[in-house]
This record gives sequence, C-alpha cells and structure tokens, in this order.
Amino acid sequence: MDLTYTPAQQAFRTEVRDWLGAHVPKEPLASFDTKEGFEAHREWEHVLNDGGYAMVPWPVEYGGRGANLLEWLIFEEEYYRAGAPKRVNQNGIFLLGPTIMEYGTPDQKARFLPKMAASEEVWAQGWSEPNAGSDMANIQATAIRDGDHYVINGQKTWASRGAYADWLFGMFRTDPESERHRGLTFVLVPLDLPGVTVRPIAQLDGLPGFAEVFLDDVRVPVENRLGDEGKGWQVAMATAGFERGLMLRSPARFQETARRLIDLYRDHAAEAAPGVREAVVDCWSQAEAYTLETYRTVSRLLAGAKIGSEASLNKIFWSELDLRMHEIALQILEERGQLLPGAPAAGDVGSWLDGYLFALSGPIYAGTNEIQRNIIAERILGMPRA
Amino acid sequence: MNFDFTEDQRLLQETVRGFLEGECTPEAIRALWETDTGRSSALWKQLAEVGLAGLLVPESQEGMGLGETDFVLLCEETGRVGLAEPVVSTAAVAAPLLRDLGGELAERWLKPLAVGEAIVAVGHPWSPFVDDAHVADLLLLFRDGELHALQPSDATLEAQPANDPARRIAKVSWQPSAETRVAEGARAAELEAVSLDRGALACAAQLLGACDRLINEAVDYTSQRQQFGVPIGSFQAVKHMLANVKVKLEYARPLVYRAAASVAEGHPQRGVHVSMAKVAATEAAEVGTRQALQAHGAIGYTWEQDLHIWMRRSWTLAQSFGLSRRHRERMAEFALGDAAPIGAGGTFGG
Repeated sequence: MDLTYTPAQQAFRTEVRDWLGAHVPKEPLASFDTKEGFEAHREWEHVLNDGGYAMVPWPVEYGGRGANLLEWLIFEEEYYRAGAPKRVNQNGIFLLGPTIMEYGTPDQKARFLPKMAASEEVWAQGWSEPNAGSDMANIQATAIRDGDHYVINGQKTWASRGAYADWLFGMFRTDPESERHRGLTFVLVPLDLPGVTVRPIAQLDGLPGFAEVFLDDVRVPVENRLGDEGKGWQVAMATAGFERGLMLRSPARFQETARRLIDLYRDHAAEAAPGVREAVVDCWSQAEAYTLETYRTVSRLLAGAKIGSEASLNKIFWSELDLRMHEIALQILEERGQLLPGAPAAGDVGSWLDGYLFALSGPIYAGTNEIQRNIIAERILGMPRA
Repeated sequence: MNFDFTEDQRLLQETVRGFLEGECTPEAIRALWETDTGRSSALWKQLAEVGLAGLLVPESQEGMGLGETDFVLLCEETGRVGLAEPVVSTAAVAAPLLRDLGGELAERWLKPLAVGEAIVAVGHPWSPFVDDAHVADLLLLFRDGELHALQPSDATLEAQPANDPARRIAKVSWQPSAETRVAEGARAAELEAVSLDRGALACAAQLLGACDRLINEAVDYTSQRQQFGVPIGSFQAVKHMLANVKVKLEYARPLVYRAAASVAEGHPQRGVHVSMAKVAATEAAEVGTRQALQAHGAIGYTWEQDLHIWMRRSWTLAQSFGLSRRHRERMAEFALGDAAPIGAGGTFGG
C-alpha cells in the first residue's frame, strides 16, 4: 500500500491543472439540454480535444493520450476542481467508447472513436422502449437483415441527449422469433437517416434532456453492428457496467458537491437545524469513502483484476449520496431552496435546485437501484432467485 | 499510489481465517461464556503462535514487527468469528504502546506479550471501564494526562457484567503515584492519542468482520428457511435489506483500510481518518444487526440461535474506543475547519 502520488503523477496533475486554468470558460455554459447550450458544450469539447484532453485514457490514435486509470482519476479531480463544463458526449466517451474498445472491430474503432473524442459526433442512448425500461430484455424494436443492411423499425424512449445528438446506440431484435435476452443485436444508428423521427421530451427540469425516437424502415449498414449478431445482450451488459461503475461517475464530482455543501453550511451554520452539522460531515466522509473505494478499484484493475457485479454497489452508493447531499443543501437553504438559478434572489444558490432535480434521476437511470439491489443479492450475496 | 494489499498480506489473512474458523466456533464461544474469566489462555497461546498477539511487537522481542496495514485484515478476521480474546486491548493497543514507551517496561513485558504469556490491559479516558483487566498481568492506565503502569494486585477491580457475555470489563480503582507514573506532559498526551486511534481502528476492523458475518448468517438462513413454498431469501423485500447492508459494509471498508495506513505511517490526519472509519464501520454493523435479526425473524430473537453472538459483539465494539458521536465531533472539527483539504483532489493531498 502506498498512498502517495509519484513525481510523474504529480507532474501530470500540474500539467492538467495549468491547462484547465488557462482554457476553462470563465462563465458557466448554458445547460446542454438547450440548443444553444448543446452547441456551446460541443465547442468546449473541441477545445478539450485540441488540447489532447478529450479522453485521456484512450490510446493516442483514437484521440487519447494513453494515460492509465490512475492518471485518469487525477485528470477527473482537476477537471471538477477547475469547474469545467459537463461532458455533453458522456454517453459516447464514457459508455459507448469503452464498449467499442472491447467489442469493436479495428475499422469501427478507427471510424468512431476519434470523432467521439472530438465530439464531432455526439451520442444518444437508445436503451429504453415504452415497455422495456428496467426490463430491458423486453425490447421489441426490430433490425431485420436485408442484404448488407439492417432495416430498423420500432420506438426508443427516454433517450438521453436524444434531442440534439447525432447518433444513437442501442439493442434491436434481429431475430423476430426470439425471446428475452436472445436474438438481440447492438447497433449504431445515425439520427439523420430517412425514417428517423426525434420528439424531444422535457425532463423534470423542463428542458429536453430526453427524446422519443421513432424508427420507420431505417436502413443501417451491417458494419454498424457492434459485436456479433444475436449477442447484443452481452455487449450491452458491458456498457451498463461502465455506466454503473467507475467511468461515468468519477468521485471528483461528489467531492466537489461535498465541498460546496460544507461551504454552504459554514455560511448558514448559525441558523442550521439540529442534526444538519452531522449530516453535512457524514456526506463529506461518504464522498471520501467513494473516492477511496475508486482508488482501491483502480489499484486492483491496474494489478490485473476484473470488476463485475461490484458496479452495482457503486451505483447505489453514488446515486444515494448525490441525492442526500442535495436534500441537505435544500434544507439549509430553507425557502430559498425553491429558487431557479435565474431568480433575482437566487444569488449563487440556484444551482442546488438544478442539482437536486438531476440527482433525483440517479436512483432511476443506469438500471434502477431496486434492480441493482437484486443484482447484489443474487450475484454477490448468492441469495436465491425468485 | 497503490491502495491495495500485498499477496503476503492476503495470504496471512487467509491463514488466520482458516485457523480462527477451526478454533473459534460458536460452540467454543458459548463454552467460554460459562467460564469465570471468559478467556482461554490455551487459545491465546495458539493465537500468539500464528502471530496475532505480537504482530506489532518488534522482531527483536519475539514479535512479527509488522504494522497496522498488516494487522487490519487480521483484526477483521477476529471480528468475523467473534473472538473474545484480548486482541484489541493487548495486541492492538498495549503492544505498540509498550513499544513506543520503550525502557524497562518494554523490556520486561513485550516478549511475554508476543508469545502469549502475558496480557496487558489499557485504561483510557474515553471509557469508565477497563477491558480484560481481570486477566491482565499489567495495567497501563491513562489518567489526567499521565500514563501509569501498575500490577493488578495494586488495584481494585469491580467487574461489570455487560450485554455481551464475552465482554469482561471492570471499574478499576487505584492510587496514582510517582512510582506508577511512566509518562506525562506532551509525551503522555501523544501516547494517549495514538492509543485511542489504535483501539478505535482495531474495533472498526473487527466491526467489518462482524458485519460481514451477520450478512452471511442472514443469507444462509434466508436461503434455507421456506415460507409460502419458497425460500424467503427469494423475496425482494428480504434481498433488498441485505443488499443495503452490503453497500454500507463495502463503503466502510476503504475508510478502515485508509485509517490503518494512516496509523501505520503517522499521517497528520490520522485521528480524523480513524474517526471516519469507526463511524462508518459502526453504522454498517448497526444496520447489519438490525437487518440480520429481521431476516431471521423470531428464531433470531432467541438465545439458542447463534446470531446474537455477532450482534452483541457489534454493539460492544460500537461502544468501545469512542461512540460515533465523539468521532463525528473530531470529523466535524476537521472538515468544517479552514485548513482541511476538502474537495476534488483533496483525499491524498493532490
């Protein structure tokens, strides 16, 4: 056990810190769930990519700098510390990207990863359907082989970033006779093809973070298939693992939320309700626990270990912590907790409401926490299936 | 940066686990409850042979000369079986206290301690009771900022029966004097602070083991117990309560391991790290006792069933070396103070 950074790691941190200090936009960008904000975030991604920081753990030829996972953690710490914008292409770089790295052909890697890193192509998730949310094996949308194309028909819903994205990834039923997990195939679909209709859906914050995507005889070349035909479930499980696990939710995000919560508490300590002080300190400690556990996981990964169902423990922990921190912040703010960021009296506290609304989605997306608890009970604890 | 244990550390853990599973069965624990001392000198000697007593004792005194990062996994194992022997008081606290103290006392006591022939109890100001004083060959007692060493015959012990039948504590009355005093001033204060941290760390590690055992007992029971024609462990309500405990346990774990490293290295934030570990491990085990009991239903509420061995041990450990309230206070002083490296990159001093 050695809980100190090496001089090379320190140097990398300094380099990242200096670059971000010089390039991070001074004013916060508008939400990427607005048209204007989406383009502003895409611009920022171009800047990041030009600096070589779009996705540091990726190989150089795909737009990365071949950093190891520990350096990636350091990068993330500096990224959140600098208050840099949210990653508009998070579905691509954190979820689909690692999946392509694992299942993609050399041609697919070369075709998709550099454009993803540069955010020339921003990705939407195409998991859910009206009757396939947590029950993802109930997918009905079909992709029927016709020569060197798949002809896609069906509907995807709650497609995150769907309103403005360029591409969508998801599972489709290639064998119409198949049931449940079998006969599904993972396909990458351009959203500008004939037959695609996108209907934005306003989320709890009123902005179109989701979309319904209707696919009507959409013809997609066979080379857009990721992994083997009929093996989509296996590929999708890898993506879901990235989503629940360490790639999407780096600890720095929660450490920064904890820091802001402590600052907020300090400003209102005199009038804070009994118990709030302890709750704030517990949140900080839990953000630390999450960070430590991530470093522990990375240490084990670097030593050659694989992580599996543990990602479900992760997902419950960060989503509940995020929600708890925002709930306590709203308690501290009392009446001001209802203010949107633009309200004249909001000052700098309006972002807590925004954050709260977003945190409420944490226990739902990436597989509801109830599904994660089933996974923990059955696959980690070994309890009997129903 | 490498936040993981070595192959050797894992191997030692497995060896100790195998030994404890064989020797420290629920039947053996119940048998000790019925004895006068509640302790087995034969078992303690065996534990010394696998290295548990003298782990933190220098090799020159027959110990293993290892540190808290090696010890933490073994403490966890002693918690998993519910071992009653004085691992916390003698091995985790008294041994390094004597080592740090040095001089005649260390010369006289470290070797017998390491080989399992002497038990040393430590009284600290966070508790009105002294653990294992009734079997101690030497008492090390902190009082009013001084450390005193005395023979048990020079003190009066008043046994205090406790909730956990394996728990043997006493009120110790004695007369401090210049002869008994072995440290004072800043030196005594530092020894006292580090002793409290070592004790709280060892309790936190044992709590991890106890919590894991509680989960496993509940999983085993609910996988076998049938109601409505199916194992009750197949019900989602039962699964979810145990999954919740598992989440708490797995996120207490890194705090405990980091605290061990901080104690071993004398990290400037050692005390805060230990407090974070003790609070999180206590919470995991407290939720663990509640949910394991609920999962067992009425049978878990009986004395005949073994579950209460680890339930009572968890409560005991939660109440030893500082309740969560006290540790949270230390955490708050640090986190709400101005000097704390809070926020992204602050964990390891980025």
